[in-house]
Amino acid sequence: MKIRTLIYCIGQGFRNLGRNKSFTAASIATIASCLFLFSMLFSVAANIQNILYSVEKGVSVTVFFDPGITDERIQEIGAMINQRPEVDHTEFISAEQAWDSFKTEYLGEYADGFTENPLEDMSNYQIYLADVSLQGALVDWLTGLEGVRKVNQSEATASTLTGINAIVAYVSVGLIVILLAVSIFLISNTVNVGISVRREEIGIMKYIGATDFFVRSPFVIECMIIGAMGAAIPLATTYYLYNRVATYLTVRFSTLSNILSFLTVNQVMKFLAPVCFAIGIGIGFIGSFVTVRRHLKV
Amino acid sequence: MGDRRRRRPRLQPDGEIITLENVSKSYTHGVAALDNVNLHINEGEFVFIVGKTGSGKSTLIKMLLRELTPTEGRIVVNGYDLRKIRHSKIPIFRRNLGIVFQDFRLLKDRNVYDNVAFAQRIVQKSSREIRRNVPTVLESVGLAGKYKQKPRELSGGEQQRVALARALINKPSILLCDEPTGNLDPKTSWEIMRLLEQINERGTTLLVVTHSKEIVNAMQKRVVTLNRGVIISDEENGMYLDDD
Repeated sequence: MKIRTLIYCIGQGFRNLGRNKSFTAASIATIASCLFLFSMLFSVAANIQNILYSVEKGVSVTVFFDPGITDERIQEIGAMINQRPEVDHTEFISAEQAWDSFKTEYLGEYADGFTENPLEDMSNYQIYLADVSLQGALVDWLTGLEGVRKVNQSEATASTLTGINAIVAYVSVGLIVILLAVSIFLISNTVNVGISVRREEIGIMKYIGATDFFVRSPFVIECMIIGAMGAAIPLATTYYLYNRVATYLTVRFSTLSNILSFLTVNQVMKFLAPVCFAIGIGIGFIGSFVTVRRHLKV
Repeated sequence: MGDRRRRRPRLQPDGEIITLENVSKSYTHGVAALDNVNLHINEGEFVFIVGKTGSGKSTLIKMLLRELTPTEGRIVVNGYDLRKIRHSKIPIFRRNLGIVFQDFRLLKDRNVYDNVAFAQRIVQKSSREIRRNVPTVLESVGLAGKYKQKPRELSGGEQQRVALARALINKPSILLCDEPTGNLDPKTSWEIMRLLEQINERGTTLLVVTHSKEIVNAMQKRVVTLNRGVIISDEENGMYLDDD
């Protein structure tokens, strides 16, 4: 295979786009529609997951210690907690910090009557979990530690979040898989029909001595370009719409700003762009490769 | 085109360029399209293949193109044994054949120049060679001024000339014509036949499948008559046998 033949085949792939305008337009529209729906669904699902993740991050377990426990033992327990895989991070609140916080929040000027710290035994660790579904296991472990007096947890919050998380994950994955399957079917069908109507052209090429590569490569390149264009359009649209919708929702529901933490468009695109291009170009490649092969037996 | 040299054919020792020995072809439903056919064609011959519809003419052409393989027997074309040829070698084999169909089979979305140039692209000619060869061959078939036109803008005769130019540009040793005048009026048919005769005079072996009794009888060439897959007549300076 000479370089000029390879260049010719690639050039023909690009030229075919113009020669078969209706096929090109129909294929791009099909791919773009399918991938746009996929992009929308993915953006919504990713943000719901992100919001749930943010809520999870705020769920903590509080550990209180036996009266008279030494500072060394508290530090020792802290180090052991931080080594646990289910722990994201911890915050130590000393008895003084607990009392200061209580005074500020509830007593104000009336706190002056207290000469001693009534929360002497209330130093504690606030433990934030990496995965809220593991809260039960962690609490069981903490309860068994020597020097630990009490463990406070919000079991209902944890189980609710875990349940919602699981539902969202299953529904998202299910919808995305269905949508991907429909997209692959529609896109490959479009490619199939578009190439099948040109089987006469393929036959002519074969009759006059074209190799399989020479016949196939322009079709494959044409369909890969169509796939890339079909992916670029919904990605650009999603990029434009995403920021607008996120800004609108943040303003519209400003009271929920601590919960509505949207992913940035770049975070979404980091995953979405390669997936969309892989689907578009991949189906273009595989679909055309397989379809042309059926007509090469001349 | 007179100084353009043909590809050197790979002849068998006795000078044959096409050999069919005991060739039979049956389709899956059991009908025999060809039955024990023996045919020997030498380099430079002009042979008409005639016969009624369903007599096996198209099957014969398809087998010579290696689109079909025989159920039995041996076919050798240009030195290639078509039962043994590897799939990857078929394009190379076909580049030594020219093929012209009744329905022209041009690439509809390309102009005359690109249709002819395409055959040169396949054999990996450089753009410079293509720019030199295509106008020459178009001139030889009388289409020098129409190279920019699309097939739909040409008459049937002109489209057939484009198909001829495409078939000839790679200087094949054999030209197979399947009903080349089937879609043309009598005047244009004769123009095409005269062109084919000129091509044959320059040394290209011609195999022409036709239904045209008038042309066959007037041209006084070798005529092979098929009937129900069997060769019933093979005569030099032959005539078209009446159906009855």
